[in-house]
Amino acid sequence: MLQAEALSIRRGGRTVLEGVDLALQPGRVLGVLGPNGAGKSTLLGALSGELAPAQGHVRLHGQPLDEWSGSERARCLAVLPQSSTLSFGFRVEDVVAMGRLPHATGLLRDREIVEAALQAADAAHLHGRSYLALSGGERQRVHLARVLAQLWPGAEGQTLLLDEPTSMLDPLHQHSILQATRAFASQGAAVLVILHDLNLAARYCDRLLLLQDGRPQALGPPDEVLRPEPLKQVFGLDVLIQRHPEQGHPLIVVR
Amino acid sequence: MNPAIRPRSLFIALSLLLALALWGSLALGPVSLPLGDTLQAALRLLGLTLGGSELNQAQLIVGQIRMPRTLLGLAVGAVLALCGVAMQGLFRNPLADPGLIGVSSGAALGAAIAIVGGAAFGGIPEAIAPYLLSLCAFVGGLGVTALVYRLGRRDGQTSVVTMLLAGIALNALAFACIGLFTYLADDATLRTLTFWNLGSLNGASYARLWPLLLVTFAVAFWLPRRARALNALLLGESEARHLGFEVERLKRELVFCTALGVGAAVAAAGMIGFIGLVVPHLVRLLVGPDHRILLPASMLAGASLLLLADLAARLVLAPAELPIGIVTALIGAPFFLYLLMRGR
Repeated sequence: MLQAEALSIRRGGRTVLEGVDLALQPGRVLGVLGPNGAGKSTLLGALSGELAPAQGHVRLHGQPLDEWSGSERARCLAVLPQSSTLSFGFRVEDVVAMGRLPHATGLLRDREIVEAALQAADAAHLHGRSYLALSGGERQRVHLARVLAQLWPGAEGQTLLLDEPTSMLDPLHQHSILQATRAFASQGAAVLVILHDLNLAARYCDRLLLLQDGRPQALGPPDEVLRPEPLKQVFGLDVLIQRHPEQGHPLIVVR
Repeated sequence: MNPAIRPRSLFIALSLLLALALWGSLALGPVSLPLGDTLQAALRLLGLTLGGSELNQAQLIVGQIRMPRTLLGLAVGAVLALCGVAMQGLFRNPLADPGLIGVSSGAALGAAIAIVGGAAFGGIPEAIAPYLLSLCAFVGGLGVTALVYRLGRRDGQTSVVTMLLAGIALNALAFACIGLFTYLADDATLRTLTFWNLGSLNGASYARLWPLLLVTFAVAFWLPRRARALNALLLGESEARHLGFEVERLKRELVFCTALGVGAAVAAAGMIGFIGLVVPHLVRLLVGPDHRILLPASMLAGASLLLLADLAARLVLAPAELPIGIVTALIGAPFFLYLLMRGR
């Protein structure tokens, strides 16, 4: 289980994240919302061990993150960055197979897992293609398959951090990818996902964290967090909250 | 860029190519030797005697001239190709090359300082000269590699444009310093310096060979052990870290390894450009970018191509000889342009 206590991060002499207390829950999806520059990616960087905290701790299973060995940590914590800079022509399945590098499960098992992860990310039809020949959205799905493969099949004690996994996807895939993420979480893994679309967050997250200027403004179930006052305060948006006619989750309409 | 052929077929083809290059390098030249004589002479060097025919001339030519030269070409080609792969992996860019980003010229500058400095102090003793040259070339190469890497990085990202521009500046600076030494040098030192700048396998001796062979074995042994980490590094530094690799250590090791390999190659044979760029590219076109195959295949291909280029350098103007650096640049530079035009 991944846990942050009184976490603060300083970058370039400025405090960009302050006072974050957070515990990811097994089997649950936590959404992180906030305007540009609110510290969402910084939070993800701190939770994944990329950024050293100025104050506070990040613990994985009770042990500080920097005390973990690289490969042990990689077997229970996977991270999908916002964008990737891969500029070599690996085949799609080779990219996904890199998710298996921290493991020693053997070639055959790895191949099965790669196929299953590609299926989950709705990218199975890309098998055999060169990564460089893919569109931005297709690449994003391949990388999602890679981090899913890293933790496959997903179990309690594992953590998945996703930085805007839907930013380049068409509407259908925005939904199918978040559905896949939920299905993955239902195997027991804890998931944190940074999102920009309030309605996607309302539909697919169990809890939401609202960040503003590096400080947490609200943390709770979508019904509690997605109200007109906090959204006005954080995003400066005037919104109406309705109910989804079939699903019942909050539906945010800008006035 | 899907693999065009299976790795196994590639390794078979490359082994045949290397055998061909070895035969050409040992048998062809001002005096051409029949295959049988070449083989027997080579085996006698290893202490094996087959047949009793007199082979004095062949033995002399192969043993004293062509074998050290062939081994030198083999090692230089292999180590330059390996270091090219390491550089391209480190910078996550297929256009990075020890020559383009100034590593070779830094190493040559190190060697030039050793030569001219040594001459100023009355000459370096013969016994330590090859080792001292290798050391100075290594330090020069290491300095430039580290500098280019530092200059090319900002906010944890490696900017290729900055890196290439820094390479141009450092190349110019190194050449200016080498030019200065050339201006100050006496005639004997001048010849040595020119040799270093153009690159040549001429005058190979076993004494110059040992430090390079040692380094080549070390690099060829160590780099393939990092093939998986290099694959992960191509995804990005944080991605590699999230996959459990110690990226900072890996990068330090790659910089060190490249400086060592290129430094030793430059010290032994001068600046030979484009092998480190062209060879990994060709191999990647054939079997894809997986380092587990790319590294050994590039090593074989680099050794073969350098031996063939040396053969061309020896034969085109025979009995005169072209510096091999000119041959590789004549082939490599247009190839580099072609890669640029392919629109990466």
